[in-house]
Amino acid sequence: MRVGVGLPSTLPGVKGQLLLEWACRADDGPFSSLGVLDRLVYDSYEPLITLATATAVTRRVKLATTIVIGPLHNTAMLAKAAASLDALSNGRLVLGLAVGARKEDYDFAGIDYRGRGKRLSEQISTLRSIWEDSTICPAMVRPGGPDLLIGGLSDRGYARMARYADGYIHGGGPPRAFARAADNARAAWSDAGRPGKPQLWAQGYFALGDDTIKDAGYRYLRDYYAFTGPFADRIAAGLLTSPQAVAQFMRGYEEAGCDELLLFPTVPDLTQLDRLAEILNGPGRRAM
Amino acid sequence: MKITILGAGPAGLYSGLLIKKANPSHAVTIIERNAADVTYGWGVVFSDRTLASFQRADYKTYEQITDHFVIWDDIDVHYRGEKISCAGHVIASIARKRLLNILQSRCLELGITLKFNYEINDLTELDSYDLLIAADGINSIVRKTYAPHFKSSVALGKARYIWLGADKVLDAFTFIFCENEHGLFQVHAYPFSGTTSTFIVECDEASWLKAGLDQADEAQSLAYCQELLADNLHGATLLSNNSKWISFPTLKTRHWHHQNIVLLGDSAHTAHFSIGSGTKLAMEDAIALASALEQHQDLETALNEYELGRKPVVEVFQKAAQESQTYFETIKRYLGLDPVQFTFQLLTRSGRITYDDLRLRDNRFVEAVDRWAMQKASGLDTGYYPQRIFAPPPMFTPMRLRTLTLSNRLVLSPRPACPAQDGLPGEEYAAQISNCALAGAGLVVTEPIAISAECRITPESAGIYDTRHVEEWMRIVELIRTRTKASVCLLLNHAGRRGSTRPVAQGLDRPLHHGNWPLLSASPLPYTPHSQVPREMDRADMDRVREDFVRATKIAHEAGFDLLQLHFAHGYLLASFISPLTNVRSDEYGGDLEQRMRFPLEVFDAVRAAWPQDKPIAVALSATDYARDGLEVDDAVIAARRLKAHGCDIIAVLAGQTTVDSEPAYGRGFLTPLSDRIRNEAAIPTMVGGYLTTSDEVNTILAAGRADLCIIDPPQLLDQDWRNPYGKQ
Repeated sequence: MRVGVGLPSTLPGVKGQLLLEWACRADDGPFSSLGVLDRLVYDSYEPLITLATATAVTRRVKLATTIVIGPLHNTAMLAKAAASLDALSNGRLVLGLAVGARKEDYDFAGIDYRGRGKRLSEQISTLRSIWEDSTICPAMVRPGGPDLLIGGLSDRGYARMARYADGYIHGGGPPRAFARAADNARAAWSDAGRPGKPQLWAQGYFALGDDTIKDAGYRYLRDYYAFTGPFADRIAAGLLTSPQAVAQFMRGYEEAGCDELLLFPTVPDLTQLDRLAEILNGPGRRAM
Repeated sequence: MKITILGAGPAGLYSGLLIKKANPSHAVTIIERNAADVTYGWGVVFSDRTLASFQRADYKTYEQITDHFVIWDDIDVHYRGEKISCAGHVIASIARKRLLNILQSRCLELGITLKFNYEINDLTELDSYDLLIAADGINSIVRKTYAPHFKSSVALGKARYIWLGADKVLDAFTFIFCENEHGLFQVHAYPFSGTTSTFIVECDEASWLKAGLDQADEAQSLAYCQELLADNLHGATLLSNNSKWISFPTLKTRHWHHQNIVLLGDSAHTAHFSIGSGTKLAMEDAIALASALEQHQDLETALNEYELGRKPVVEVFQKAAQESQTYFETIKRYLGLDPVQFTFQLLTRSGRITYDDLRLRDNRFVEAVDRWAMQKASGLDTGYYPQRIFAPPPMFTPMRLRTLTLSNRLVLSPRPACPAQDGLPGEEYAAQISNCALAGAGLVVTEPIAISAECRITPESAGIYDTRHVEEWMRIVELIRTRTKASVCLLLNHAGRRGSTRPVAQGLDRPLHHGNWPLLSASPLPYTPHSQVPREMDRADMDRVREDFVRATKIAHEAGFDLLQLHFAHGYLLASFISPLTNVRSDEYGGDLEQRMRFPLEVFDAVRAAWPQDKPIAVALSATDYARDGLEVDDAVIAARRLKAHGCDIIAVLAGQTTVDSEPAYGRGFLTPLSDRIRNEAAIPTMVGGYLTTSDEVNTILAAGRADLCIIDPPQLLDQDWRNPYGKQ
């Protein structure tokens, strides 16, 4: 299993300079990828713009959206943006798409919330067709375009993933929740008769340090997930706050068959990145 | 607080005593319309986990309850004149009467007022109260008084049952299945005191009517059951206690409290008796309510916490009870199973107990299952325990289909990752399929192979329609045959409206950018909004397609394939005739299922005639479309029966993909319940996949008779060489 790190692009009040510095350092290792999240109605950076900027200051890491809310975007524009980003980064983009969980994002964008699943299915198919056939994109650095991941926990979500995408991006939770989702994803993939296996990506949150840091992490998660009501507390309770917790979390995901795990910060401080790197570089972990 | 409890059953008494114990200043009154010593029912059962919660809640009654417990760990199944036993299932029971006595005395000791023979017909008859606890059972007058608020619904079970006792000591939980001229009767029986056992007799409505039990009074019903169970009772007498035949009412209630009124136990929810959890759930409700009242001063907060905590737990039990109830309501489909298999199926019905679990609980039972499976597979039908000391697990037993013997029950298919050129399977394909055989499969099945160039799914699909193809397939079959004992199956397909698409590595059902070829289907309906509109097949098309199948069949025989499989699923051409969603024809090939099956059966007959009589044929059949107004499993059972009558030897169970928006509930073994129904209702062998990866899953499915062959999802070792769709890193 490879381990990547999230950019602090959805942490309120983060300065652009921190994102660039974060991306630079992550590229130096030991991380395999940089992740960004998507949310319209929040104090956060636009994910593709953020990754484009990160592209300029990195050479090695994959650049992953986990996820972008597909239906909020015009498909042709998204196809071109993603293809451009993939070309500019020399084939490092992993485009994760899902319908998202917040109606307010759709309302703000003036886009119909109903029918979003069906629109996402058509969007993925169209993205592929544009990348494969069309002349609107810059010269492809790899045939077929960027890797496509799909997220979502509905029966139809797994079917959609297996039909069109390269893999599945899990939304978060304890390893056993991921294991169940991974089984469903592999079952859908096998039923669709797709070759090989779906790429399985997953994500978690961390806050490493003293109680002040942990509290800041909990506070952020409760705020970011306030729209889920009482569930926000459960999400916050899953915050990884010690090297032991991070190590066991990674172990659980690896055993459940995760290919790439992204760990997202909840405190916008470069020492967070350093502490996570220490755990990955620690004794007993192989180099990434 | 002034607390009034309606109903002095286990829920009412237990909640009263726990509340009073926690806070003796509460004035608790329990009102019961019956006398103190009148009780309905015989014994009640608890698991060890429930006992642990009793221990924490009130040690004194816990001790008295456990003093009077009967504990046992065997389950006996009496079926077709045999008794099959399985140990290791710890269950405990107590006479309901005894339980009530213990709880009543404890209530009195704590200073609770008990009013028996006190009928309440209207809640206005009650004195004022601060909290009213409705523990007055399924016909709760409280729930009915506030019906618009509580919003309850009752679903009646299809079966009829009567709750009896017997003056007989049982040493196991006992299931008895007996058939007479009126139908099938099943008995759930268990001991609960030193001298008496519970006997619940259940049957379907038809048998009940045929036996005249709708007209029978209590004495006549008792006499009927006495005679029915004469062989099992060995002279013991069945007892009744105001017993009546009823349909099990499953009660669900949206809200469990309203202002200062709260529902408890059977007044809020019921769960089918076959999982034995009614009293357990009621008493756990009482514990939760008492604890919420103890923790929260505010009544509304306490009642909210009680309801939020208990409702999800109860719903889980109701779901399991529903599954168990459905199993017993449809048990007739399993009457073809031998006693050992029937018992295994019964024990594993909920999906929570598997082959490996049973091996831990009772190794002797599982070894008997293994011996039975091996003996059955070897075609020796004498007695249950042949001379064999040990037998392999069910997955390593052979299987016979006509003159073909498969060496085991494991089926593997290569991943469709190797592109063919003009239908010609490449070197890689040969390597992959022989790897499947080398991995230990008893049967390897090809991916869907096109019967002509325009029947291909993608330009990379392999085919069997050209002289060059004959040689290549012959070589592949030979390669497998010389290196392994695996048999080889060819899956013949016409893609229909799902043809002319890009390679599946790039996603499903995406039409080609250039060079599309015309498509055929039962009706001119495109598969996706972007798909080509297929042409509705006319009679000449049908003749041509049938002849293409026949030609491919002859080539398959020449190439040396052992088994032939026709694709009647996943929305391909023949499936498009069978589903009402994709066949809207007005001629004799559309309409009802009979007519929709007409052309697929015509193809089957022609292929069967062209394929040697001693070689078996399989059909991959859609068990359901997973879509509204689509094919349902009942239709698939009829289709399977029809195929069997036409000479089909085994059904490969698939489902969904008939239309692009079908919604399968993906997960481990998601096709298994469908296979179970087709196999046991149409009485035809089945093979099933649906993401099976463990030996435990396979052995459980085979031993329970849910399928005869299991398609294993390729283990990792087969995946190493799969082709990267775009040559990506």
